[in-house]
Amino acid sequence: MTMLKIENLHARVEGREILKGLSLTVNAGEVHAIMGPNGAGKSTLGNVLSGRDGYEVTEGTVSYNGVDLLTLAPEARAAAGVFLAFQYPVEIPGVNNTYFLRAALNAQRKVRGEKELDSMQFLKLVREKLKVMQISDELLHRAVNEGFSGGEKKRNEIFQMAVLEPQLAILDETDSGLDIDALKQVAQGVNTLRSPHRAFLMITHYQRLLDYVVPDFVHVLADGRIVESGDKSLALKLEEHGYADIGAGAAA
Amino acid sequence: MSQPARLPLFESLLEASLPSSGIAWLDAARQENLQAFAEGGLPDTRVEAWKYTALRALGQRRFATVDTAAAAATVDPARLALPGVDGMRLVFVNGVFSAELSRLDDMPAGVTLQPLSQALRGDSEALRFSLSRHYREPGDAFARINAASARDGVVLRVAAGVRIARPVQLVFVGAATGSELAWHARNVIELAEGAELSLVEQHLGGDEANQLATLVCDVEVRAGARLQLALLQNAASGCNLIRRSSLRLHAGAEVGMHVLELGGALVRHDLQAELIGDAARLHTRGVFMPHGRQHMDTQLAIRHQALNTTSNSTWRGVASDRARGVFRGAIVVAPGADGSDASLGNKNLLLSASAEIDTKPELEIYADEVKAAHGATVGQLDERSLFYLRSRGMVLAEARALLTAAFCRAMLDDLPNEPLREHLSTLLLDQLPMA
Ligand SMILES: Nc1ncnc2c1ncn2[C@@H]1O[C@H](COP(=O)(O)OP(=O)(O)OP(=O)(O)O)[C@@H](O)[C@H]1O
Ligand SMILES: [Mg+2]
Repeated sequence: MTMLKIENLHARVEGREILKGLSLTVNAGEVHAIMGPNGAGKSTLGNVLSGRDGYEVTEGTVSYNGVDLLTLAPEARAAAGVFLAFQYPVEIPGVNNTYFLRAALNAQRKVRGEKELDSMQFLKLVREKLKVMQISDELLHRAVNEGFSGGEKKRNEIFQMAVLEPQLAILDETDSGLDIDALKQVAQGVNTLRSPHRAFLMITHYQRLLDYVVPDFVHVLADGRIVESGDKSLALKLEEHGYADIGAGAAA
Repeated sequence: MSQPARLPLFESLLEASLPSSGIAWLDAARQENLQAFAEGGLPDTRVEAWKYTALRALGQRRFATVDTAAAAATVDPARLALPGVDGMRLVFVNGVFSAELSRLDDMPAGVTLQPLSQALRGDSEALRFSLSRHYREPGDAFARINAASARDGVVLRVAAGVRIARPVQLVFVGAATGSELAWHARNVIELAEGAELSLVEQHLGGDEANQLATLVCDVEVRAGARLQLALLQNAASGCNLIRRSSLRLHAGAEVGMHVLELGGALVRHDLQAELIGDAARLHTRGVFMPHGRQHMDTQLAIRHQALNTTSNSTWRGVASDRARGVFRGAIVVAPGADGSDASLGNKNLLLSASAEIDTKPELEIYADEVKAAHGATVGQLDERSLFYLRSRGMVLAEARALLTAAFCRAMLDDLPNEPLREHLSTLLLDQLPMA
């Protein structure tokens, strides 16, 4: 079943066109890897899909489970199951990590007409999820991402994903800056959630993650468009030859 | 200057002139200050310290004097309760001492806590220095009004070396009566050498209490004494509250202050501190949160006048609706105050397009080897943080409330009294427009 259908998407940031006719279809159950040179527009795609202000869509459509995703506020998209693991998670001093996550989960549940979790129920859920994604208790009690190391921030993103159980998870370079154990944990976090009802868009620069989370498709995003798509072997090819040939192919 | 003698405000104060106190120097001081106000009137916005706070409208108002009925206005004692604050308590209703609401039994040895009106009946000479002050600046109009008109207030003294564990509470209630009242309170507080005290000053108001209240507070912190001072200003929405505190810190004295400005209509707070003894330390944290059409003006003036003195001040403002905030922080490191360390920060948030905050840090250094830092900003909530919270499902209003609360609550982080800190946090949250 088609979950996400992006057609001819054009988007501008600060008056500059970054996405230039991007099309992509993602079905439930699939894992798509998106690779591409720096500045190609990968994070922009994640931001546009999750509804960040300042990203102006000038052309094209995005349908998510049959609804026009672009008309929804960011929180409505979250409640509908869209999750973005940030390339650069934001530090929010003074806002407790656990408090925030429970408030977020309950806000989503409220929209979906589900019962809100009290602190005991939430604690139980957190313990369960900690089995998948190891992060220390101490981090949970700190302010959101405040003073977290780069790797801890990335792990926290995956931990949040595990708790929020989205349908469509967009992971923006969650593998960057991780040590090998953390990378395996992140991969395990994704694999645990993998299901016929969920889909993943994994933005990455490295083939290595794809050894642990085997994608169904690999796409190359260059200059605001998907210029080539293939299976896992495309990632291996890119690892060897870089983007030079791909760019040429797209221009032709 | 406006034509003072014709100001309705002045006329109403004149009518309210106090009867003779029977103390010649006090009557003279009152008379002098009334005269000074008659001549000087209210400062206009050309006076630097009043640049952003216009007093024209206030000068046109008339306020009634506090009569027996006004003094007897009922106040629910439950409203005075503050978590973590269970020591002695002195309460004034519309500026008049309320024995009924106060809690003065159990006074520890070495402490004097009594209403000024009583203290004057005793050893009035001890108050002469404080109550005979002349106010010379053009901006001092309200201090003059206060000196001319205050009939009561707090006298609090802690003897040398005495440590008071339980926080002392000073409460000023503006209770609604049939008329628009003016009332005034004069506080004289002294911690002798090595004394320790935690003090909570609270301003409350009944709805519909349209008033003018002035408060002048002198605080003398002698060598090695330590004072924790929390100020919770939650006056009625119709209350014009003009407050001045002057602190003097002697050698090695330490003062930690936390200020929360929530209520009132026109609120002005002049906080003046002089670090006159070597190694004196002042730590201030404050939040002002004007909403609706409130106007809150905080003027912080810190003078380092001795060696190795430290002041560290961080204030935050949050203005919503059509409210206005003003912050001026002036630090002077006087000649000879070598080795001093002064820092002052003021960050502000505007939650609506019609809200306004004007902030101005000023730093003047005339000494050597001084460490000084200051900065001020006015802005909106961080867009990245907002998006992060929303991307996890938090609705916009809730995300804004959470970030704003965190912004303000940081000012309470180092308030030592935990139950009080929690309580103030809650008040702060309740004040947020989107909460
Ligand atoms: N908020 C913004 N303001 C200004 N320019 C932006 C903004 N967001 C993105 N851009 C610009 O858009 C282009 C694409 O940025 P984007 O972050 O999407 O690239 P990316 O493919 O994720 O790159 P990387 O691999 O380095 O993360 C870049 O040139 C970037 O400078
Ligand atoms: Mg990126």
